[in-house]
Amino acid sequence: MEVVNVGADLLADAVEAQATVVSRVDWRPPMAGTEADLATLALDPLRSEANTRALDAMLGVTAHLVDVLPASEALGLQRGEFLHAGPPLTWERASGPMRGALMAGAALEGLVDDPEDAVALFESGSAVSLEPCHHRGTVGPMAGVVTPGMWMFVLEDLATGRRTHCSLNEGLGKVLRYGAYGPEVLTRLRWMGDVLGPVLHTAVGAVRDSVGPIDVTAILTQMLQMGDEAHNRNRAGTLMLLRDLSPAMVTSGADPRDVAEALRFVGANDHFFLNLAMPACRLALDAARDTEGSTMVVAMARNGTDFGIQTAGTGDAWFTGPAQVAEGLYLGEYGPDDANPDIGDSAITETAGIGGFAMATAPAIVRLVGGTVPDALATTRRMHEITLGENPRWSVPILDFQGTPSGIDVSRVCRTGILPQINTGMAGRVAGTGQVGAGLVTPPAEIFPLALARLAELSRQRQAASTPR
Amino acid sequence: MSRPGERTHVEVRPAYADSVALLQVSRTAQALPGVLAAQVAMATTLNVEVLEQMRFAVPAGTSPNDMVVALRLTADADLDLVLHGVDEALASLRRSPARTAGGLAPHRTTATASRSADLGPVVVSVPGASAAVEAVDALEAGRDVMIFSDNVPLAQEVALKRVAAARGLLVMGPDCGTAVLDGLGLGFANVVTPGPVGIVAASGTGAQQLLTLLDHAGVGVSWVLGVGGRDLSEEVGGLATREALRRLDAEPGVSLVVLVSKPPAASVAADLTAYATALGTPVQLALLGPGRPDLTAAAEAVLHHLGRPVPPWPVHGSTRQRPAGASTVRGLYAGGTLAQEARLIVAAAGVAHEILDLGDDDLTQGRAHPMIDPTLRLERLRAVAADPATAVVLLDVVLGHGAEMDPAALLAPAVAAIPAPVVVTVVGTAADPQGRDRQVASLVEAGAEVHVSNAGAARRAAEIAGGAAWRS
Repeated sequence: MEVVNVGADLLADAVEAQATVVSRVDWRPPMAGTEADLATLALDPLRSEANTRALDAMLGVTAHLVDVLPASEALGLQRGEFLHAGPPLTWERASGPMRGALMAGAALEGLVDDPEDAVALFESGSAVSLEPCHHRGTVGPMAGVVTPGMWMFVLEDLATGRRTHCSLNEGLGKVLRYGAYGPEVLTRLRWMGDVLGPVLHTAVGAVRDSVGPIDVTAILTQMLQMGDEAHNRNRAGTLMLLRDLSPAMVTSGADPRDVAEALRFVGANDHFFLNLAMPACRLALDAARDTEGSTMVVAMARNGTDFGIQTAGTGDAWFTGPAQVAEGLYLGEYGPDDANPDIGDSAITETAGIGGFAMATAPAIVRLVGGTVPDALATTRRMHEITLGENPRWSVPILDFQGTPSGIDVSRVCRTGILPQINTGMAGRVAGTGQVGAGLVTPPAEIFPLALARLAELSRQRQAASTPR
Repeated sequence: MSRPGERTHVEVRPAYADSVALLQVSRTAQALPGVLAAQVAMATTLNVEVLEQMRFAVPAGTSPNDMVVALRLTADADLDLVLHGVDEALASLRRSPARTAGGLAPHRTTATASRSADLGPVVVSVPGASAAVEAVDALEAGRDVMIFSDNVPLAQEVALKRVAAARGLLVMGPDCGTAVLDGLGLGFANVVTPGPVGIVAASGTGAQQLLTLLDHAGVGVSWVLGVGGRDLSEEVGGLATREALRRLDAEPGVSLVVLVSKPPAASVAADLTAYATALGTPVQLALLGPGRPDLTAAAEAVLHHLGRPVPPWPVHGSTRQRPAGASTVRGLYAGGTLAQEARLIVAAAGVAHEILDLGDDDLTQGRAHPMIDPTLRLERLRAVAADPATAVVLLDVVLGHGAEMDPAALLAPAVAAIPAPVVVTVVGTAADPQGRDRQVASLVEAGAEVHVSNAGAARRAAEIAGGAAWRS
């Protein structure tokens, strides 16, 4: 028999002295002021079963790539409507890279000729509107700006018909999502709109209609065993996608030079698959939404100013705090002073248990984010302390094929003080800069007690409603 | 706040260790060369008060999650050396598996520590406000739980026990000090031989008194299931008692079950009696209170039931003379039920008394139980000794797993310094890690009269204080 001891070591010593094995919990006080809310939720009759349901719902989803369409068609996005990453944001509070991306988007849509002229447009706010990607069934990496003309991956849960969306990945360096808006950024985006989008539309449609839509979840399963953690490393996933799509791209009927350019672009962009991993994670997490009593996190997202989370038990409410600056490595001459606070919806990968949570499976990139291989193993193990379960599909070979830590529990974060570990890229603070580095970041700690307090409030309301006076 | 010839050093560290562990660290630090006073503690409200009483200034903005290292040194002491000693003492606390490269870090919650297939019990002794959270983890993992923590809100206790009842699990506690599970002692438990008696106890020290008396009479006990002092209240409704009775009834080795408790609430009594009557194993009630048999009488009733002879309960040593003019029995107890029992007996004898339970929730908030930390009792003992109204001092020393390793070491000198007679109950067995006989000998040598029966000790104290002779 093994006794679990939580609290005074003295009591564990007394049991060990009787030749009995003791598993000692390394208990610490919870985040300040959370004791009462934690107890309320621990004793909430709905919580355990609701969390099991939420986790199972998330783990049960497989995401398929069913289409590639312009945002105007896929989302009904109108001229002047801009989507952005993270929780809701105004132009006034937007950071440099977010502004730069919006300016590039305005120029791409032809609202202005020169991106610099878009500043006045957004300041007046009359002909434009901002809305989170998350509110439109979409996720956007980094600034996450989506305009009507951008082509979108369309992912579907075939069992329910639910869909999620994400734009096409532009590559690294000076790109819109990192806040760059120079001529080369717009040239690339126009080529993606004119050539890449239509070629992918035809190829994805042809694959779908011949052998069935590509199973993105299955590619994620494989890439996690090939050294990708699907946030900062997507190399294997990208090449597997290309393997599945290239025959249909070749036979798409497009100009062979365009097809060759599209193949070259996708193959050379190690992050191309990120924009499929993200909506696949979102599709799975959406299945857990609106589970009354569940304390599971269903979204973590940053807009460059605020970091927000949503939980399964609190509907559409965002719990936000200031986004942090990542710690990691900088490109070229850039340093910490050049980095913008955390930005992007890509933390949806960590929310679903990959990215930083699956760091152990991606030793090849530990240096990119300023870590070591032992750090990576320890990080994944640590994330199991704050998650509800393991993903039976997504396993980590070096951890003896243990499933990835899945379903972040707000209660467990507040109890342990262990914050979700996110792998991320860093955008330059000044609009127009682009990427300056990559590293590791965590959410601001205070947003978890905020979410906890709301969950506990709802629990007390249910309790009051069910108690006869 | 240093005085001439001394200097103070106060630092705040972002670290955590439990109060018992820090007590050991503080003691180690106090023994270092050049240290006049040392306190290493988490900055809880209570500990900050203690530090301030010790003339240490705790920096503003220090939270209960911070550790304070406060030192008062002689002018020529080597601060670095002392800090090194403190660091070593703190480092020696960390016995968890290596947290180094790729190694397994210890689990941080009961939920994650309970994921193994093993279904052994969970012992919870975190601060009361956090105890229910860990206990729920245990129950959800399908494990029984012993809640040693006190200061757990009643509503949380009720909710926990309902969850347990729905799953056929047992919640022992809160404020459960003692359990023996098929011979394995949890919390404070005396080392006894296995035997036919099973105890269900709403009182930890009550159970220990019963255990040790039966041990003396040669009767073994394999099971003690604690249920917490409030289990038989109207609010809790005996939920844990019922489950404990069911468990012991199902144990083939148990031929008699003893239920030790205050009398249950009226609404619970009938229900529980009906439940106990329907069981295959006889259940003997040992309900404590005014006008009811005491624990020693309960032990004797068990012996009668088993057809065993009742031995004389030993008394060691003899006491000093009562000081002239003094008439009050002053009791300083670590065991709550033992204090309560002594109070009833002394009051029934018509003797003036002041008998304190130092393990009471109000006195233990933010600090260790007096069975672990003797500081509080030693302080109070000095005051009691100096009071001319003190006719006799009544104490308990509870031995067993988990309890202080050598209570007589500090208590005997204090006893020797008391002018009034001192009567002590030693609740222990010969096999207890502290060595009962050694403890008794050093208390006797210090001038105390030592009993194994607390009721006997209380009667003796009442007698010395000049009350009416006890008639049983």
